[in-house]
Amino acid sequence: MSNPQLVMYDEEFKQINAVIEKLLREANAKVIFLVDKNGQLISGVGETERFDTTSLASLTAGNIAATGGLAKLIGEKEFSILFHEGEKDNLHISIVGGRVILVVLFDTRSSLGLVRLRVKKASDELTAIFARLLQKAEEKEKSGESDFPFAEITDDDIDNLFS
Amino acid sequence: MSFINYASREINCKIVYYGPGLCGKTTNLQFVYQKTATEAKGKMISLATETERTLFFDFLPLALGEIRGFKTRFHLYTVPGQVFYDASRKLILKGVDGVVFVADSQEERMEANIESVENLRFNLQEQGYDLDKIPYVIQYNKRDLPNIVSVEELRRELNPTGVPDFEACAATGEGVFETLKAIAKQILLELKKGK
Ligand SMILES: Nc1nc2c(ncn2[C@@H]2O[C@H](COP(=O)(O)OP(=O)(O)O)[C@@H](O)[C@H]2O)c(=O)[nH]1
Ligand SMILES: [Mg+2]
Repeated sequence: MSNPQLVMYDEEFKQINAVIEKLLREANAKVIFLVDKNGQLISGVGETERFDTTSLASLTAGNIAATGGLAKLIGEKEFSILFHEGEKDNLHISIVGGRVILVVLFDTRSSLGLVRLRVKKASDELTAIFARLLQKAEEKEKSGESDFPFAEITDDDIDNLFS
Repeated sequence: MSFINYASREINCKIVYYGPGLCGKTTNLQFVYQKTATEAKGKMISLATETERTLFFDFLPLALGEIRGFKTRFHLYTVPGQVFYDASRKLILKGVDGVVFVADSQEERMEANIESVENLRFNLQEQGYDLDKIPYVIQYNKRDLPNIVSVEELRRELNPTGVPDFEACAATGEGVFETLKAIAKQILLELKKGK
């Protein structure tokens, strides 16, 4: 299939959160989200409880997908950075390592220049972590080692979900 | 493509409702939304035109419960059915874990159904998926209407491989959860054998 499955482990999850926490401080941002290109929220830091994070993740991915479609139409590979300017709050959206979307929400306490600068640095760190993550998942799959919880799933387990 | 998070012990899967315009995809999601307890669902998002035709997609996140200590989430999407929205449909199929094809049982929509299944197969192929290999169920909707095609004929035209199929009336909710449950089950079983 086109994309390997995204898997997240404790170790990398902590590293990722450390990077976006740092970005949050250094860029003076309000909230930062990491979203899978398929629309699933990976992590969020800052004032996350003020936002509907699931919807945000889905719409961000839809947005990236739509602008990606536009890019192809004009002969670009993709638009790797999107910027949405609001009256108070702004969104800086960028693609990290080809498959993850970094969303930074900021207001007048920060600036586009600062956000761009800090995002660039954080992106490199995140790219490296996601590359390790992918490698780890592949190695685990190859060695047949799996802590996958669904191996022993039963019909009853599934039926119970809908009861 | 499902997302397994061992850190937060969550698993997320993406289900896409596909089918010709006005077959009842959005209605399926609306019924699921109405009948799901508040704590188990997120906001339903509809990117629609002023006349309520789906423009880009509908989105409904469901958190149904836990399996083996993992929170199991399903993200339900619909595609816009009209022929000219093909570019949007392709985008929504990205990363799909399972497809529900909603057919409109009315005689005059038979051609549109057939066209839409072909379009589904083609668009999946473009993304590197094979409709015969991914979790897939079919729903024959609008069984309440008078001018409908028999289930045998619908089956013959739309379900040659004999995937699980269901009669439904999404407007009243009949068959809606049976369909959802069937696709969820296939996805989870696929995860089980895939790993
Ligand atoms: N009679 C009848 N009407 C239905 C049924 N399901 C949906 N509809 C109606 O068909 C129209 C189109 O439905 P919608 O969900 O928007 O179609 P979509 O384009 O596939 O999203 C609406 O007016 C629905 O109320 C059904 O089972 N029976
Ligand atoms: Mg619709």
